Amino acid sequence: MSLLSVENLQVHFRTPDGVNRAVDGVSFEIGSGETLAIVGESGCGKSVTSMSILRLLPEPQAQFAGAIRFEGRDLLALPDREMRKIRGNAISVVFQEPMTSLNPVLTVGRQIGETLRLHQGLDARQAEARAVEMLSLVGIPEPERRVHAYPHQMSGGMRQRVMIAIALACSPRLLIADEPTTALDVTIQAQILDLMRDLKHRVGAAIMLITHDLGVVAEVADRVMVMYAGRKVEEAAVADLFRTPRHPYTRGLMGAVPRLGVRAQGRAPGRLAEIPGMVPSLKTRIDGCVFAGRCPDAKDFCRLHAPALESKSPGHLAACHFAPKDARPA
Amino acid sequence: MLGFILRRLLATIPVMLVVGFFVFGLLSLAPGDPAAIVAGDQASPEDVQRIRASLGLDQPFLVRFGTWGGRILQGDLGTSLFTNLPVTTMIAQRIQPTLSLMLVTLAIAVSLAVPLGVVAAWRAGRLVDRCVMGFAVLGFSVPVFVVGYVLAYVFAIKLAWLPAQGYAPIEAGVRPWLASLILPATTLGCAYVALIARVTRATMLEVLQQDYVRTARAKGLGQGTVLFLHALKNAAIPIVTVIGIGIALLIGGAVVTETVFAIPGLGRLTVDAILRRDYPVIQGIVLLFSFTYVLVNLVIDLSYTLLDPRIRY
Repeated sequence: MSLLSVENLQVHFRTPDGVNRAVDGVSFEIGSGETLAIVGESGCGKSVTSMSILRLLPEPQAQFAGAIRFEGRDLLALPDREMRKIRGNAISVVFQEPMTSLNPVLTVGRQIGETLRLHQGLDARQAEARAVEMLSLVGIPEPERRVHAYPHQMSGGMRQRVMIAIALACSPRLLIADEPTTALDVTIQAQILDLMRDLKHRVGAAIMLITHDLGVVAEVADRVMVMYAGRKVEEAAVADLFRTPRHPYTRGLMGAVPRLGVRAQGRAPGRLAEIPGMVPSLKTRIDGCVFAGRCPDAKDFCRLHAPALESKSPGHLAACHFAPKDARPA
Repeated sequence: MLGFILRRLLATIPVMLVVGFFVFGLLSLAPGDPAAIVAGDQASPEDVQRIRASLGLDQPFLVRFGTWGGRILQGDLGTSLFTNLPVTTMIAQRIQPTLSLMLVTLAIAVSLAVPLGVVAAWRAGRLVDRCVMGFAVLGFSVPVFVVGYVLAYVFAIKLAWLPAQGYAPIEAGVRPWLASLILPATTLGCAYVALIARVTRATMLEVLQQDYVRTARAKGLGQGTVLFLHALKNAAIPIVTVIGIGIALLIGGAVVTETVFAIPGLGRLTVDAILRRDYPVIQGIVLLFSFTYVLVNLVIDLSYTLLDPRIRY
């Protein structure tokens, strides 16, 4: 049984000007110890998907359908009391913004120790001792002194290390990392990624990595899921995806990454390929393929009929009528 | 820190000087002659003139102001024109009821208003929020004396739960003391609660949008911890500030409240002194009030360092 299995998840937000279908029928699984990357542009529903797992969305406005099974229990059906025992304990999260995600008026030791006191019943002294251990685990120098520091006394990279320390304090089975490196300097990004990879092996947590950075994906992920306009359009093992992207959107994303020495085909030298057009509004119902409006290969057929997610080769799913399929059926 | 406190205390001196000048000037311009009032209805113009000279009221404005200001620097607020008692003694006799009223009002108002504001922000737009905000508008717009008489009518006269008037000194026991203060404090606190609740709600609404509140929820903390520790501590500075500013509201309201509930405090003393044109007493009380206000604001500025580690003086 997989650790987390999301089945046909729909998250719709009621807004004054219509229903926003932020996530529209997404299914995926994460196994124990596995790293799944979720990739897509801003607004494709990747963060909403991850926040739904922890049920951190404003509930009357956000309406859920489908199921999110974690170790066999449907999180969408759990009462809030039970959900709180999972948050920060079995499933924890590292947010994108280290500068604003820590509470400015509490010491970092307190913020790390808080989850330990809550979920593991440690007393204040034990929690502080564990907080010191966690700080040294995430590579913060002088942890005994830093445990009494406030967030504003630390740099962005250090704060993100603290966030990771908070997230890992209770040895979660699943760590959701929502663009954990986006707000950091490139050199710090590499350090944080190394740290996450290293800790993953030590703690044995599965990681769900939300990002729009394909470089990060190639570096840390086992499997990749590509989302577009609230739907999953492709999923494959990381090497497979980079070698043979099946969905035109995935190919577009890869073409938009600058590479040294390689010029985008059919373009003026030095220009990056871009995906023309805009992400469709999530408030109008789309009958055909969601990507048809921007797809270079779209036919009239695509605009009328939504492609099903199908296996194009073993372990490689794509939702495109024209995506090449291996001769040997999966 | 110590330097900051000293500088702030020194800065009160010019403030007090300006306040003193205005009070003194205003009273000189106000109609009514204390000498005539002291002399009584039967006095001849010569008597009045004699009394005026003995009180020093025939001197030019600046001379009188100088004499008064000089004495104050020596800690002497002057002597009442009517009772011939030193102003400091008169204030000392009346300060306990007023101080008690203020403190009880402060305690009731803060312990009521802050939770109300927090809950209103948490449940923004829902029924609880609308009730709290509706009450806040009402609390602010109904005059103190109306609230006072309504409360006294219901709880003292109809239900007879609490005394309608008067003040029981704390030496007579805490229970009667508190009983004598509940209605006046509730009356005085209405507008204050409204003010604090509104500011608490507005600040909390903003804080609840912050990323660290989401982090706190993602840790699995309960609603209470998220609201009252993680969010409220970040919202504390505007709330504490308005609590301090509201002290001015309480000082003004105390005058009316003490009159409605016949409490022999500084508010009553002020009213009586004004009616009798007892200049030294009025000036003494106003100076005391503004000094208190300046001091309260200093304490509030100092409390910021406890509430937010990023603030250092």
